[in-house]
Amino acid sequence: MSELISLGLIRGLGIGSTYALLAVGFVIIYRATGVINFAQPALMILGAYVTSVFATSVGIPFPLAVIAAMAVLALVGLATERVALRPMVGKLPFAAAMVTVGVFIVLFVVAHRLIGAQVRTVGDPWGLERMSVFGIGVAQVDVAKIVISMVAIGAVGLFLARSRLGLAMRATSMDQEVALAQGVNVGRMFGLAWAISAALAALAGMLIGTAAGGFDAVLALVALKALPVIIVGGLDSIKGAVYAGLFIGVAEALTRTYQPQYAPWLGANFDVVVPYVIMIVVLVFRPYGLFGTREVERV
Amino acid sequence: MTGTTTAPERGRPAGGGPSGGRSGSFLGGRRGGLRGRPMLYTSYGADQAIWNTPAKRAWTLALVAVVLMLPFVLSRDLTSLLTTVFIFAIGGIGLNLITGYAGQVSLGHAFFMGLGAYTAAIFGGEATDSVVGLGLDMAIWLPMAGIVPAAVGLLVAPLAARVRGLYLAILTLGLVFIGEHIFKEARSITGGAGVGRAPAEPVLFGLDLRARYHVFGHILSREAVFYFVCFAIFVVMAIAARNLTRSKLGRAFAAVRDRDVAAAVMGVSLQRTKTLAFTISSFYAGIAGALLVLVIGRVTPTNWNLFLSIDFLAVILIGGIATISGSILGAAFVVLMPRLVSELADVVPFISTSPGSGFLSVFQLQTMLFGALIVVFLVLEPRGLYGLWIRVRNYWKAWPFSH
Repeated sequence: MSELISLGLIRGLGIGSTYALLAVGFVIIYRATGVINFAQPALMILGAYVTSVFATSVGIPFPLAVIAAMAVLALVGLATERVALRPMVGKLPFAAAMVTVGVFIVLFVVAHRLIGAQVRTVGDPWGLERMSVFGIGVAQVDVAKIVISMVAIGAVGLFLARSRLGLAMRATSMDQEVALAQGVNVGRMFGLAWAISAALAALAGMLIGTAAGGFDAVLALVALKALPVIIVGGLDSIKGAVYAGLFIGVAEALTRTYQPQYAPWLGANFDVVVPYVIMIVVLVFRPYGLFGTREVERV
Repeated sequence: MTGTTTAPERGRPAGGGPSGGRSGSFLGGRRGGLRGRPMLYTSYGADQAIWNTPAKRAWTLALVAVVLMLPFVLSRDLTSLLTTVFIFAIGGIGLNLITGYAGQVSLGHAFFMGLGAYTAAIFGGEATDSVVGLGLDMAIWLPMAGIVPAAVGLLVAPLAARVRGLYLAILTLGLVFIGEHIFKEARSITGGAGVGRAPAEPVLFGLDLRARYHVFGHILSREAVFYFVCFAIFVVMAIAARNLTRSKLGRAFAAVRDRDVAAAVMGVSLQRTKTLAFTISSFYAGIAGALLVLVIGRVTPTNWNLFLSIDFLAVILIGGIATISGSILGAAFVVLMPRLVSELADVVPFISTSPGSGFLSVFQLQTMLFGALIVVFLVLEPRGLYGLWIRVRNYWKAWPFSH
C-alpha cells in the first residue's frame, strides 16, 4: 500500500505535473497561433542548462537562478517567434509546425554543444531527502515538482483570466482578426505566447533536471511525452493539459512499478511508451482528446 | 507512361488551368499543341503528361544516360552514396504521396521503414542462433518488404483517417516510439537493442548482388551492381507514383488535402482515400527501409527513430511538397549535403573534424544546417528546390524580356 502511494501516486503526480507544465506551454502557443511547437523539448534542455550555469558556475542563489533562467528562455522564445514563426503567419499550420521542427534541430544542436558529453547537475536544491507523511515515505523532489508546477500553472491561469494582457491573449486565440480590429497587437501576443511557453519549458527543464544523477541532452526526449499529453487532453484546453498530464504521469509511474512484476511480457522499459499507448487508445474514442474542442465542419 | 501518348479523352479539361475551358478536339488535342508553342496544352492529358515538351524528354534521357555512366567513373564510396540517394528518393516519394499529395502529415515514416527492413530480414536473411531468417530470393523478400508495411498501414489507417491535421502528426509520432519498443523486444527478429542483425541477402533470381561481374570488359564492383538494381527499382517506383498522382486517385488525394469537407461533398470517400494514401505510402517506406539496410550493413532497432522520420520530412520540405521530382531533388540534397559539408570542413577554418575542438564539429554543423534549411525553405521558398528550379526555368522562358 505504501509502495502504491509513494512509488505510484506521488512519484506519478511528480512526473505528471512536469508534463502538465510543458503541455500548458504547448497549449498556450497552439491557442494563440494554431501551431504545435515541436521546439519545446529543445527549449526545455536549454532552460535546464541555463539554470545549471546560473546555479552552479555563477553561483547565485537557487530560486534567483531559476527565475533568471526563465527570463533568458523567455527571450529565446521571443526571438524564435520573431525570426522563424512571424513570416509564417497566414500560411498552413502544418508548414508552421514544420518550421518549429527545424528550430528544434538547431536549438538541440546548440544545447548539445553547450552541455557537452558529460552529465550536468542543476545544483542540489532538495536533495534526495525523503520525508514521512502518515508513515508513508515521500521523496521531497516529487513534492517540489508538484507544488512548483501547480503554482506556475495557477499563475499563468490567473494571468490569462484576470489581467488586461491575458484578456488580449484570449481574444487573439479566439479570433485574430476581431482582436486586431479591437486594437490588440496580435503580433505582440504571439511573441508573448512564445515567451510564456519557453519560460514554462525552462521551469520544467529545471524540475526534470533535479533528478538524481543530473541531466544530459537526451533529456529532450522526455519533453516529447508532453505531446501525447496534449493530445489526450485536447490541443486547445489548458484544463485538459493539466488533467491529462497528471493522469499520464501516474499511469507511467504505476507501469514502472508494477509492469515488470505482473506483465513482464511487455518488455523492459515499457513505461516509456505508456503515454503513447494511452494516447492511441484515447484517440480511438475521442479524435479531439478528452477536453478538446471539436472542429465544426461547415459546407 | 500511359499519358504520354495523345489522349484527349483522358478526362475532361480541368477548370481553372491555363488550358481550362478549351476543348480538346478544337486543336486536335495533340501533345505539345501547336508547332512552336510548346506550352499550349489542348487537353488535360497533354497538360498532365510526364514529358510534356520535347526538351524535357531529351533532358530526361540525357540525365538517365549520365546516371547510368556514373558508377564507371566514380569511386566506390560515392557510388554507394548515390545508391542511398535513390533509396531516400523512394522513401521520400512515399512520404510525399501521403503528406504532400494527400495532406496527411506523417511523422511515422521511420516505423514503416523499419517494418520493411525487418520483413526483408525475416524472408531474405540467414537464420542464426539468435535470429530467424528464411533465406529466400530478393524477388520474394523485396515485394514482401513493401506488402507487410502496407498491410500494417491498412490496419492503422481507420484510426488515422478519423484524426486530422496536427493530431495525426502526433499520432504517427506515437507509432515511431511504440515501434521502437516493439523492435527492441522482438529479439528473434531484430537482434535486440544494441546488437542488431544482418540484413536480407541481396540475391536476385539466384544472382548474388554482392559479387563482381565482368560486363563488356569492365569489372563492375559490387557497389555498382547494387547501384544499378536500386536505380531500376527507383525508376519503376517513381514512374508508378507519378502516374498515380495523375490518375483519378491522385486527384482525390489533392481534393482531400485542399479541403476535405468539400472533397466529401463532391463524392470522394475520405475514409477510402486516406486509407489508400496511408497504405501506398507505407509500401514505399517498406521498400526504402529494406534497401537502406543493405547499404548501411547492420542496423539496431534504435535506427528507426524520430530523427529518421524528420530526415524524410526534410526530403520533401526541402525538395518540394507534392512533386515527385522534388522528392528526388530533396533526397539528393539530404544525402549529399553532409558529405559536402565534411569535404568543406578542411577548407573552412572554424569547423573542426575532431569533436571537442573548434567551434562546431562537422556532425553538429551538418545537423544545424539541416534544421536551418528546413526553416529557410519554408519561410522563403515553400515549394522547395523544385520551386527554385521553376523560377530559373520561368526566367529563361521569358528571357530577354522580364515581362
